[in-house]
Amino acid sequence: MSDHSYVRTEMLSEQPAPLGETGVLKWMRENLFSSILNSIITVVSVIGILFVLALLLPWMFQPSWASGSLRQCLDDPNINGACWGVVRDRVNQLMYGFYPREEQWRPTLAFFLMLVAVAPVLFDKLPRKMIWFSAIYPFLGVWLLWGGSIWGPAMVVAGFVIGYFVFKVLHEIAGSLTGMIVAVLVTILWWMYGAGLAASGLNGIVPLGIEAVPSSVFGGFMLSMTIGISGIALSLPIGIMLALGRQSDMFIIKTLSVGYIELIRGVPLITLLFVASVLLNFFLPPGTSFDLILRVIIMVTLFAAAYMAEVIRGGLAALPKGQYEAADALGLDYWKSMRLIIMPQALKISIPGIVGSFIGLFKDTTLVSVIGLLDPVGLIVTIQGSTDWNGIVWELFLFVAMLFWVFCFSMSRYSMYLERKLQTSH
Amino acid sequence: MSQVEQKEVDRSGMQVSDEVAIEIRNMNKWYGDFHVLKDINVTVNRGERIVVCGPSGSGKSTLIRCINRLEQHQKGDIIVDGTELSSDLKNIDKIRSEVGMVFQHFNLFPHLTILENCTLAPIWVRKTPKKEAEEIAMHFLEKVKIPEQALKYPGQLSGGQQQRVAIARSLCMKPRIMLFDEPTSALDPEMIAEVLDTMIELAQEGMTMIVVTHEMGFARKVANRVIFMDQGQIVEQNEPEAFFNNPKSERTQLFLSQILGH
Repeated sequence: MSDHSYVRTEMLSEQPAPLGETGVLKWMRENLFSSILNSIITVVSVIGILFVLALLLPWMFQPSWASGSLRQCLDDPNINGACWGVVRDRVNQLMYGFYPREEQWRPTLAFFLMLVAVAPVLFDKLPRKMIWFSAIYPFLGVWLLWGGSIWGPAMVVAGFVIGYFVFKVLHEIAGSLTGMIVAVLVTILWWMYGAGLAASGLNGIVPLGIEAVPSSVFGGFMLSMTIGISGIALSLPIGIMLALGRQSDMFIIKTLSVGYIELIRGVPLITLLFVASVLLNFFLPPGTSFDLILRVIIMVTLFAAAYMAEVIRGGLAALPKGQYEAADALGLDYWKSMRLIIMPQALKISIPGIVGSFIGLFKDTTLVSVIGLLDPVGLIVTIQGSTDWNGIVWELFLFVAMLFWVFCFSMSRYSMYLERKLQTSH
Repeated sequence: MSQVEQKEVDRSGMQVSDEVAIEIRNMNKWYGDFHVLKDINVTVNRGERIVVCGPSGSGKSTLIRCINRLEQHQKGDIIVDGTELSSDLKNIDKIRSEVGMVFQHFNLFPHLTILENCTLAPIWVRKTPKKEAEEIAMHFLEKVKIPEQALKYPGQLSGGQQQRVAIARSLCMKPRIMLFDEPTSALDPEMIAEVLDTMIELAQEGMTMIVVTHEMGFARKVANRVIFMDQGQIVEQNEPEAFFNNPKSERTQLFLSQILGH
């Protein structure tokens, strides 16, 4: 007979957890008062937070909304802190810059249509047909913001259509590579020589358009959004191509990608913006005037794309080699395996880094004030220089900071939602 | 291997034809200066089941990875299904779509469901309509006995189930040849049997198979030829009965005594 022999005859069933091991009390004990040190930190932090709020809240809540100048605030005995009148007085300027009042519905409409265009990209539950609107939106948005004849953007779109048909015809006759090259060439030639003529010709026959608004009156948050969103939308695809280029087996493509990334990453954005505002005109043939906002968007995009490429390369490097091999072994060619197997996974891994780059780019748009564009920060300086509001500081910066925070925080929350949604291993 | 040895395997479906499926002639491969494969000559007929074994580092995985060009050989010829492997990308893609491969670490696509894993290549490489591809996929998932997992993700399945999905995924391309690169080496003992059973079934249907494995029970029951490799060379090849009972080279005897000894 052995004492060590034992056979379980029935499996044990699950029991409820003992009291005090669930709920708020447990959470507080575990997270706030788990040790003496933790308890001290908790108490000190609570006191610190209350102290800051006790200073801040009375300053913030002041009956100063109606005041028309800083002098009024200072003279009014009831106002003993923030002078919010400046926000009421200048909110329109902070939002639209010097965009003509009667046309301001256009940027507003463009903003809401942007939300509609972005929605099917962000949320895959929405009907897939909506993606057509997303494809048209860049042209619609540009037209709404800058105005002018509708034929201009329409002829740019026509370039894509022409390119597509050229490819379709040549693809049958001369193979897909030749078709692709000729189609791209024809499209570019159309944009350079045909589109302008066709647009002015059509405008002569059917004048359809809205009032043109020059870039010089763009400003405020609208300008930040224009630059930021264009930069975000363009830098991701360019960054993906650069990351793939850097991993390529082809020496020239690899060298060019590495050279580009290292060069751009090694230069401050401000330098690039100065290049955009001053130098670029020297290099372009005389007579070509290139819109300043467009130049800034190009520079911001090129800058962000270099960072994006490195973030995505991190994601590519994190994928096990077996994924590439399995895709190869199934007979998928390079582009299909990248699009269907490698990129979805690499991008998923890089989401925090990508969104970090987006947020950085969006906030970097405030740097354009250095080259004379009136983004919200540039406008603050202008407003501070006016006689009514000379000397005001905190209220304006707080307001602008809050606007930026709302956008950056939404991006951050969306990235967390996306990470959760794409989580497939549990 | 014990699970497999207990059952007798019906070999009636395993017919070897005269038609050549794979021909490897004087094939050599180097990694830098290191000569990994030396003068390999193998001819595989349609319907053959070949087990490749040998100590680790002997080049057996590299050999079968050369057959679908996951590795590039530097000298000699490899002819698969009448198509010669060269740098021509069209030939490589054609051969890869005819040759299925199962990996040691399954290499399922974790961001796709089991069903999507199986339909991806038929839809994008073979241009099969989605509905038809799904029917084919369900057929093969039923064959490997996990149709009920079709909508789950690979991360939610056990190792054995994942490997069976990997086999189904390859079969969906209707390959004429299947390569297995140590398909059971990463599995718990409990799960090895379910994967081997699937492979035995495949063999019984006449699939041409090259299997790199240490499962000697499988080799005995299923293979019609066993190849023993060491230091990048084929040291001995024979029918399983003769190979196991009467190994000729000293190196093979030592290897077999080590692997079967305990």
